[in-house]
Amino acid sequence: MNFTLKIWRQKNVEAKGELVTYDVSGISPDSSFFEMLDTLNQTLIMTGGDPVAFDHDCREGICGTCSLYINGRPHGPVKGVTTCQLHMRSFAHGNTIHIEPWRAKAFPIIRDLVVDRSALDKIIQAGGYVSVNTGGVPDANTIPIPKEKSEAAMDAAACIGCGACVAACSNAAAMLFIGAKISHLALLPQGRVEAAKRVQKMVACVDTLGFGNCSNTYACEAECPKGISVVNIARMNREFIGAKLFSEKEKVIKVSF
Amino acid sequence: MARLNARIPEGPVASKWSDYKSSCKLVNPSNKRKLDIIVVGTGLAGASAAASLGELGYKVKVFCYQDSPRRAHSIAAQGGINAAKNYPNDGDSAFRLFYDTIKGGDYRAREANVYRLAQVSNQIIDLCVAQGVPFAREYGGLLANRSFGGAQVSRTFYARGQTGQQLLLGAYSALSRQIALGNVTLFNRRDVLDTVLVDGKARGVITRNLVTGEIERHAAHAVVLASGGYGNVFFLSTNAMGSNVTPAWSAFKKGAMFANPCFTQIHPTCIPVHGDTQSKLTLMSESLRNDGRIWVPLKKKDVEKLRNRSIKPSDIPEEDRDYYLERRYPAFGNLVPRDVASRAAKERCDAGFGVGTTGVAVYLDFADAIKRKGHDTIDALYGNLFQMYEQIVAENPYETPMMIYPAVHYTMGGLWVDYELMTTIPGLFAIGECNFSDHGANRLGASALMQGLADGYFVLPYTIGNYLAAEIHTPRFDTDASEFTIAAQGVTDRLKKMKESAGKESVDSFHRRLGKIMWEYCGMARNDAGLTEALYQITELRHEYARGVRIPGGFDEYNPELEKACRVADFIELGELMVRDAQQRKESCGGHFREEYQTSEGEALRNDERFAFVSAWEYKGREVAASLNREDLQFNEIKLSQRSYK
Repeated sequence: MNFTLKIWRQKNVEAKGELVTYDVSGISPDSSFFEMLDTLNQTLIMTGGDPVAFDHDCREGICGTCSLYINGRPHGPVKGVTTCQLHMRSFAHGNTIHIEPWRAKAFPIIRDLVVDRSALDKIIQAGGYVSVNTGGVPDANTIPIPKEKSEAAMDAAACIGCGACVAACSNAAAMLFIGAKISHLALLPQGRVEAAKRVQKMVACVDTLGFGNCSNTYACEAECPKGISVVNIARMNREFIGAKLFSEKEKVIKVSF
Repeated sequence: MARLNARIPEGPVASKWSDYKSSCKLVNPSNKRKLDIIVVGTGLAGASAAASLGELGYKVKVFCYQDSPRRAHSIAAQGGINAAKNYPNDGDSAFRLFYDTIKGGDYRAREANVYRLAQVSNQIIDLCVAQGVPFAREYGGLLANRSFGGAQVSRTFYARGQTGQQLLLGAYSALSRQIALGNVTLFNRRDVLDTVLVDGKARGVITRNLVTGEIERHAAHAVVLASGGYGNVFFLSTNAMGSNVTPAWSAFKKGAMFANPCFTQIHPTCIPVHGDTQSKLTLMSESLRNDGRIWVPLKKKDVEKLRNRSIKPSDIPEEDRDYYLERRYPAFGNLVPRDVASRAAKERCDAGFGVGTTGVAVYLDFADAIKRKGHDTIDALYGNLFQMYEQIVAENPYETPMMIYPAVHYTMGGLWVDYELMTTIPGLFAIGECNFSDHGANRLGASALMQGLADGYFVLPYTIGNYLAAEIHTPRFDTDASEFTIAAQGVTDRLKKMKESAGKESVDSFHRRLGKIMWEYCGMARNDAGLTEALYQITELRHEYARGVRIPGGFDEYNPELEKACRVADFIELGELMVRDAQQRKESCGGHFREEYQTSEGEALRNDERFAFVSAWEYKGREVAASLNREDLQFNEIKLSQRSYK
């Protein structure tokens, strides 16, 4: 198969970027999208050109490293798959394919199609955990958890942190990402203990990182490669309102020895 | 050949670890914060270690090449994690888990380490549940277990087909908490290119910032390598594209011995190779073998017709199918260990019975299971795997059998460590897949996650304290010291030299060539003549690489080709060592199958008299072959026997 590619090239965060056109030919329909880009890069290297930088690692759709805005959609045209699991048989011979990086204020460009998503790590650092230390925890079967709850928690926990929801959102909001983490932990008894504190801390953190707000377009859910539901955003909102209205002000407990 | 001492504590195997914990040296909390530890890698082992050490009060610096610690390749593990909880009441115990692991590893692992692993396995499950890992549950709300990879008890805990992901996110959340508390500092997008020794002890690392290209120096009182396995030496493997041996290899060149490099695991259920541009292989969880039946046609004429697509697999009647695993191993059937299943697939394909357009694949058929359990049950068990298969291969496994073929998946070999997980360099520890210690010559399913987390959460935090107790008077290190300057200069010079070669061939092209040599001669089956040939070809490749690799771009910028160039240079050297190790081990055991040493039925034939030892290789210089040391394995608890799954 042959394709015309229009790829966003940008040397670094300060440089001005542009779309550059490349032709690739002889691509197998069984090739993955990245194997197609590998072929382009091999040609560029051999002809003295500058290979296109893009993020990728596991190529199995689970690490969340890959990104790419393909023909105007995060992770391309096929629903429920990451770019690394996209195959060239999903395109027609002779197609022109536009390839751009994630665009969001919170994700500055590093080079070409590679962006910096460390803002997502910062959100988790703000409270996306249960505060337990290694050792000294109860037996795993001490607290039974209804299967439905644990399945719903797993649905939310399946988020791979790729940032497609942010890229898809007209406001570049991270609501689906944070909603998924808050839901995952709030649904489990282990996470309930800190739920009120967690949601307030994580929402406050998101506001400082340059993400936008939610206007309920559901683009995030539509483009999420793991099918994370917007129900998680609703749950986060409920948790947040509940926390603000009903949770006791955090008392500072001073311990003196 | 020098003999190595693993410093295994005295006493009965079941109490070694508790005795050790009660007698090892401790570091007082006020001293812990004066001690720095470097952790390289943020997979299950690295993230769990960094988080636990931070919780204890040490000052930790953690490094990963990925953009986020959550993306380390542990995330891709699908099937599950073993523990000897015996929740199903089916007779499991720490001893049985220990026994199965030693036997599964074909009696080439160290008893004391494996027993400890089995003992701490239960604590891992407790901790993960407390962290909020959403393991599968029964309707009564308690944890579900399944049988996995040939075990006769159900001891595997799982979170759908994404167990690795959920366990890693648990460790990542604990790590994130320590980062927020300021106990751990994260350095992402960093390659660790050298280990720095001061007065013979590991005291730091040299890193390259992958975004700016800057060569950086970091010092600490101890260094922990958790940089994973080296399966990418084969180019095509189920490892992530960035998985590499470089941190471990740099330590090897500084004096850490490398153990059992030839022990690699070829996983039987992967999606077959589609063509020349293939960049990596995708694993389909081994759990599929619980319900799928593996077969190839019995008749060559059916093979022909399948290859030219004139018939479908379902057109072949039952009596013309060869369920070769069930035929050869009636007791275990499709659930034989990975090495056995992989070799059996190769045997059928080599004999000309392989299916698919390439003839290098076998069927994994769910028709019977769908009939027996119903479509919905199969969907609940394997839905996401079936979906993944369909996305990659464009065939629906509910309607037509999956095609699978073995692929490189895990490396049992790694840096040699003693009972305390310390390498032969004082103060340099290796944990997780990066070390060699627990899986012998073959790893059982659902044991990698167990080992990574056991090392990081429950073993290293004790053993590193025993080392650091003697370091409390050592002040923090100055990275301007000559040792750091020399190491940093060495890294810079190496990169410059590589880039100056201005050759005509890309890094990937060399890597692909190396992979072909390794797969052909040092893959599923090996023989002396082939290994000799491999040695010759790799040496040629190494020289060619030095002269002829083309690396575009600059030093001081984001340059993935330069990153790969370093990794591939190390893989080429490692490949040579793997071949030497395979050559000296004149026996077949686990994943290491030497064609000269097999039973009349084609099974692996061990030689316990001569080879019940760990080979530990010592670096001797650039143009000098590494020298072999050995650690003799003592089996006091378990009687060595021929593995039989018949």
